[in-house]
Amino acid sequence: MNDQTLNLLASIVSNATPLVIASLGETITERAGVTNLSLDGSIVLAAMAGFVAALTSGSVIIGLLVAMLVGAAVALLVAFGSIALRCDQVAVGFILTLLCADLAQFLGQEYTRQPGPTVAFWPLPVLNNLPIVGRVLFEHNALVYFSYVLIFAAWWWMFKTRAGLAHRAVGERPEAAYARGVRVNLLRYVYAAAGGALVGLAGASYSLSFKAGWTNPPVMRGDGWIALAIVIFGGWHPFRVVFGAYLFAALRTLSTSIQQDPNTQISPVLLNMLPWIFMIATLLAVSSGGLERLLRLLPRPLQRPARNLLRSNPPAALGTRFDP
Amino acid sequence: MRTNARTAQLALILLPILAALGITALLILAIGRDPLELASNVWEGAFRNSRSRAGVVNFWIPLTLCGLGLAVTFTAGLWNIGIEGQMTMGAIFASGAALFIDLPAPLLIPLEIGLAMLGGMLWAAAVGMLKTRLGVNEIFGGVAFNALANVLTIYLISGPWQPAIGGSAQGTDPFPPNALLPGLSAAFPVNLLALLIVGVAVIGLLLALRGTRWGLQLKATGKNARSALLLGVPTERTALSAMLVCGALAGIAGSYRVLFTFENLRPLSSGGIGFLALLVALLVGYRVLWTPLVAFIVAALFVGSTRLQLSMQLDQSIAGVVQGVVVLLVVFANGLRERLSQWRPVPAAVNLPEAPSNLAPQNDPIKESQP
Repeated sequence: MNDQTLNLLASIVSNATPLVIASLGETITERAGVTNLSLDGSIVLAAMAGFVAALTSGSVIIGLLVAMLVGAAVALLVAFGSIALRCDQVAVGFILTLLCADLAQFLGQEYTRQPGPTVAFWPLPVLNNLPIVGRVLFEHNALVYFSYVLIFAAWWWMFKTRAGLAHRAVGERPEAAYARGVRVNLLRYVYAAAGGALVGLAGASYSLSFKAGWTNPPVMRGDGWIALAIVIFGGWHPFRVVFGAYLFAALRTLSTSIQQDPNTQISPVLLNMLPWIFMIATLLAVSSGGLERLLRLLPRPLQRPARNLLRSNPPAALGTRFDP
Repeated sequence: MRTNARTAQLALILLPILAALGITALLILAIGRDPLELASNVWEGAFRNSRSRAGVVNFWIPLTLCGLGLAVTFTAGLWNIGIEGQMTMGAIFASGAALFIDLPAPLLIPLEIGLAMLGGMLWAAAVGMLKTRLGVNEIFGGVAFNALANVLTIYLISGPWQPAIGGSAQGTDPFPPNALLPGLSAAFPVNLLALLIVGVAVIGLLLALRGTRWGLQLKATGKNARSALLLGVPTERTALSAMLVCGALAGIAGSYRVLFTFENLRPLSSGGIGFLALLVALLVGYRVLWTPLVAFIVAALFVGSTRLQLSMQLDQSIAGVVQGVVVLLVVFANGLRERLSQWRPVPAAVNLPEAPSNLAPQNDPIKESQP
């Protein structure tokens, strides 16, 4: 493999990292039955808060922590509104989407276009000497490695531990979980906050690493919606969600690199439309109506495995209230 | 008991608004500015003279039209986030007519507005069909189609519709005078036709939602699509019709931005008014009569704060912050009221009906309830 291809693959991995972290965070939250629709705003607010905190304190770690706190606080507001005040989660999430974006713009107005600290580049010793894989996967910064760990940690927690069983039960059958002694609403708060903290980290991973700095309008605007769509495409399963995030990042990176190639003529209009067309296409592929139509095009023996592969069932109690 | 309940009711409306103002005042203090100075600057910005008052009205017209459209879609249980794109398509279609069709104004203006409605309906129909036929959630369909409309605008401005001289991404050529909506007077530039359309829309929707079979079908679909279908309401068609009505109103709103406010087509011509209208609709609980009133306050706030950059070197996004905190706390207070409602007296002025919660594509009642 030549150098150029390796660089391309490595940049897909780093471009995907914020999406991986954000969509895994949202998966964790939604698996507990809480929809945090505010992603497109909370990522922006966390990015601003993390950048400003890192800039004023001089420490990237503090920036990342502040961003995680901001993300968790926003998610807790959604959970609080839904659990304690019986508000609609979609309404609260949407209001927070707009509010957080405006808040970021207002509070961050003094800090636009300033150079700030970034997460240090850190090739993993030994591993980065592996052929191909080393270059693509292990010559990044700590956030990327954290995202690898997170993928498996989320899967292991949800599907291999007893606590994870309670986590999923709260989102699927809260009554049954309650009868077994699980404190449903407490767990919903906990997982909303945990997922929200990851969303916040995703925000900071833009402003402190992959698209360093703070600008107005923020560069990551729109990615929150993409992350939310990826969770649906991923069928609320960590591995599939991550596959969706990498697929999306690959598409985005490839199309920009094709455009930069002077030998090809690709219209920038098409390029800007691609992510959104892709978003609709992926949601269509896993939606009830779209999936059935898609399956009918396939030969009969392939229909069942394809359905099992693409079926995307949300947690049964997603977006509902539970009153013990 | 009765008066107690009424006081509590009033408190639950006023307290969140006061609390929201308090929170934003603290925020402004936190960045070292005087909230009272800011408030008086916003007031000045909105009402200092008749031209600025006209500016408020010109913001209020599209905001109200969108808010009215959203009253329809919310009643049908739909989250029409795609309203921004529907406005943009209205702006694009109206601009197309303004740039390329040369007719006397009395013919051209109705044509422009008609095309704008068509453009808005086209985008609304796309999102609506994705929802009802294929089960793609309207929130995500809406977000994607908003972005597509923005990309289309930029393509048109920098491509086929670019100005003959000095083509850039700033906007098209100004429209010829016969394509523009006329203002009332130089001192108070507001368009009469648009005011008329707002009036007709308010009255028409009041009557349609309260007194027609369609209004009843909308409410039934919004409250419980499955039982509505079992009772013989064509829920798919009802949901789609709600989208189309909202798209048409949003299209007119978009056309007003380009045919009056800007006088050409430019990027982001919707100016976030669609999203703002969603907040207004949530604030008034999708009520038709309250929409114009609350929209006026919001319009004054937003137009007033555009001057903050000049007068105080402050970003105008503070208007969005104030609005967002108010809506959030009002929605919270509504939830609280429902919680405390053992004694539930007269309906409050601001009472949020249970909003539809159908994020998950497969739990979609409209889709699932098909026989």
